Amino acid sequence: MAVVTATGVEVRVGNKRLLHDVDLRIEAGEIVTVIGPNGAGKSTLLKAIIGAMPISAGRIDKRPGLRIGYTPQKIHLEKTMPITVARFLALAGRLPKGARADVLDKTDVSDLRDAQMADLSGGELQRVLLARALLCKPDLLILDEPTQGLDQPAEARFYRLLAEVCKETGAAVLMVSHDLHVVMAQSDQVVCLNGHVCCSGAPAHVSADPSYKELFGARAELALYEHHHDHSHEGHSHD
Amino acid sequence: MIDDFLLRALIAGVVIALAAAPLGCLVVWRRMAYFGDATGHAGLLGVALGLALGLPMTLGVAMLAGAMALVVTYMMQRGDYAVDTVLGVFAHSALAIGLVAASLLPGVRLNLMDTLLGDILSVSWADIAMISLGSAAILGVMAWRWRSLLNGTLSPELLVAEGGSLMWDRLIFTLTLALFVALAMKLVGVLLITAMLILPAAAARPLARSPEQMAVFAGVIGVAAVAAGLGFSWVTDAPAGPSIVVMSSVAFILSNLVKSLKN
Repeated sequence: MAVVTATGVEVRVGNKRLLHDVDLRIEAGEIVTVIGPNGAGKSTLLKAIIGAMPISAGRIDKRPGLRIGYTPQKIHLEKTMPITVARFLALAGRLPKGARADVLDKTDVSDLRDAQMADLSGGELQRVLLARALLCKPDLLILDEPTQGLDQPAEARFYRLLAEVCKETGAAVLMVSHDLHVVMAQSDQVVCLNGHVCCSGAPAHVSADPSYKELFGARAELALYEHHHDHSHEGHSHD
Repeated sequence: MIDDFLLRALIAGVVIALAAAPLGCLVVWRRMAYFGDATGHAGLLGVALGLALGLPMTLGVAMLAGAMALVVTYMMQRGDYAVDTVLGVFAHSALAIGLVAASLLPGVRLNLMDTLLGDILSVSWADIAMISLGSAAILGVMAWRWRSLLNGTLSPELLVAEGGSLMWDRLIFTLTLALFVALAMKLVGVLLITAMLILPAAAARPLARSPEQMAVFAGVIGVAAVAAGLGFSWVTDAPAGPSIVVMSSVAFILSNLVKSLKN
């Protein structure tokens, strides 16, 4: 049975239609990635699915008792709120003894426990957010641009970690990502969004779709070009 | 020998400062200082209407402040205007409508100075009983919903994803704020209510390492400012409400100085 099924979803804010006619189906254990240009409604779709944004038409069905772990795109980390990583994680609620330590080890944030949230680097913050999302033992992880602001090694580490976690827990993943090369390599299903679903399906299917090429242009070609980390430019190289 | 009215002022001020501490931290964290203003300014209209209808002042203020808070929350969620525009429009409209209503409504004699700046030195024991009851309610709600309020501050989406309700979060925050405004109205007046909320919290920030610590420090600073402000007002004959706020600003400067000297 599908974890989440969205049918004909429409979201309006004021007079603006952010999403329309969105169909989406996430099976258990599946990795689904949403791609699309800025303002395509990617975050909106995620928020609608977790229930933080009312939908104006269509329906979203979740498997009964579904537990969702969510990492927001932005966290309202005001310098004005002093809060340590440990306290932030504790805000997820009561947990069985040992469960928290397990997750901290897995996501490699044990050493950060006493650090202030506002002092974390981008990569550290993403790991802490992932830890928080994992604490509720989710059946579905919803990640909103989990690698934004990370450099490539940190990004690669994050995706490795995510792959490990999914394999171990069997959680399905719905994420927004701009890392087309990773998306194409790791996802079971890709949803190309621009206000509506332009195309969706297996990565190979989507990357062959004309609307995908139209949206992503040159980058689309690049994404199919594997091994694009340690490339060299004319005149100089970097590794 | 402390005069009776000074003792009453001290008790009322201390109680309000304690209620203001956690609420003020939330206002600061959520960047909603102006929201406090809008609610506070609506209180002026509440005073006028309360007088016109023969209702107790606090009830009139609580109702108007609550209505204002709900309308503003709704407008903010609709997103037709930027948040600061919505708040600016409502805060100043409420203030102006309140002033106009106070002059037009028959039979309403409003002491403008007291309404705008409060008159903590004239609180009665009955006022104190009401303020204490209300403050206890605010602190109770804060303690009961603290984790959820923190989550809602950090990330509304996270709160919902983990099974919380955004509507409850907003409603509880807004209504406790309205209750606070109604209670503090008589003490510090329309113009300085936000100062009671945000100054101690802002002064506590550099000293705190956790949200709870910040709330406790804000309480301590708020209580100290009330005591120092009343003392200052007693000696110099300066108005009491503004004196208290001046002491909070001094605490703000001091705590930031301490922090920068440490680094």
